[in-house]
Amino acid sequence: MSGAEKIVVTVTDIVPLNDLVTRFEFKPTDGGLLPTFSGGAHTVVEMQDGDITRLNPYSLMSDPMDQTAYTISVRRDDEGRGGSLFMHRNVKVGDKMTISYPVNLFSLDLRAKKHLFLAGGIGITPFLAQIKQLERLGGNWELHYACRSESLGSYVDELTSHHPNETHVYYDDHDQKIDLMNLLDGQPLGTHVYVCGPKGMIDWVRQTAEAEGWPREAVHYEEFLAPQPGKPFEVKLAVSNKVIQVGENESLLEAIEREGVDAPYLCRGGACGQCETRVIDYTGNFIHRDHWLEDDEHASGEKIMPCVSRFEGKTLVLDR
Amino acid sequence: MSKFTFPESIRSRPVYGMLEPRAGSAHLFIADAEGAEAIIEMATPAIMAKGHIIYIAKGTDYEAQLRALNPASFYAGPSYGAAEQRIHKTLADAKMGLQVYLTGTEGLIGQAQNAAMQAGVPHTAIQTEHRGSTARRMQCVHCKGITEDVETDPFICGHCGLNLFVRDHYSRRLAAYQGVCIDAEDPGNVPAPKGIYE
Repeated sequence: MSGAEKIVVTVTDIVPLNDLVTRFEFKPTDGGLLPTFSGGAHTVVEMQDGDITRLNPYSLMSDPMDQTAYTISVRRDDEGRGGSLFMHRNVKVGDKMTISYPVNLFSLDLRAKKHLFLAGGIGITPFLAQIKQLERLGGNWELHYACRSESLGSYVDELTSHHPNETHVYYDDHDQKIDLMNLLDGQPLGTHVYVCGPKGMIDWVRQTAEAEGWPREAVHYEEFLAPQPGKPFEVKLAVSNKVIQVGENESLLEAIEREGVDAPYLCRGGACGQCETRVIDYTGNFIHRDHWLEDDEHASGEKIMPCVSRFEGKTLVLDR
Repeated sequence: MSKFTFPESIRSRPVYGMLEPRAGSAHLFIADAEGAEAIIEMATPAIMAKGHIIYIAKGTDYEAQLRALNPASFYAGPSYGAAEQRIHKTLADAKMGLQVYLTGTEGLIGQAQNAAMQAGVPHTAIQTEHRGSTARRMQCVHCKGITEDVETDPFICGHCGLNLFVRDHYSRRLAAYQGVCIDAEDPGNVPAPKGIYE
């Protein structure tokens, strides 16, 4: 089986935080202890939605040293493919679910002299665990958190009451905006910046930091991409000798799995590189959406990340 | 000619590039001896307006040319040891956006790289260019003493007196190559010393 090792858990608590975000708590069904993790790690949650198995990554937001329970916060996406809606509507306290071991693609660089966190909306979740980790280590950190409005500001109260000096909150509906140039200018040498939020915010931070002479190694970002729907297409899997159809609302990776072909994956969000697949032949156009491959690799037509990328055209033959 | 092409070696051995101007809020140059040439070749008025040079001449005669670049600050010291306090203070006060350029001998580059890394600059973000002497800073793996400016292989440890073989294994933490006793099994059987790259 591909992916990280699995853990069977029971849903022990469900707390709606606001109109969009609900928090879920998981405890091991066998009564044992969960693995510790590092701040920024995520778990892949398996959802049995009728005939469809959904596998969505969510950042762990609980204390990384707390082995009794994991918590995640799920933002409801009414336009999405249904994973977050399933979590909001179908999951009840007492349900058994399967989650993966924690996987961290957004870890702290502990060589940093200071950690500067920039969060947009639900992008706050990995920082909640990182803050707990740094508080334990006595780390130097600062959080700048942009939310749409006070009512949608998940965990603002907790953050501002526990960490009033480190937490800075910006509300879109009050026209408050992170003054990024000013914030980056004058940070002490050895500061690392971490950004988690919408794609536009990540691009803005990466481009501004680069222009200001920040080393690439000191700029960390995480954006989970949900696979986007698209036109159905046909794929030939050369190794398994199967021709499969990828439906409008499923990803290429999900279609491969549905056909019983074991394909590697970890994040399912275009970030980790695990599912990289070699293209043997194609006639048509790739719709690359991942953060993993370089631009020249996207242009080469030799590789695809089936978790988020799609294809439009006549033939696609994969080495799988 | 102050440039030397090092032969291909193991992964542990540092490789050096060529200094090039990068966007930044300030530019720190740490150099010794012929490293001055690399600074002179890449310097622009815009870089030097925010440029700070810490220079160890080691008997060379480039100081007037470096001063003529008109950097925001210039310091010349007699040795790396003498400049070390200033290097640490400069890095401790520095802000993100600082670009670090190191050029000259391997010993200077290695020690300054170590200081910059400790101050929080990722080692891959530090620019380096080798110029001048190919002598190495060596650590004796037996007594742990450092011998500077080693030009021959084997050489005699300046601390414990063992005959040491010059290896390409390098430590970023120590900013030194590893020297290992060459006649441990047959004391006195020591090959004639020759230049490291001969």
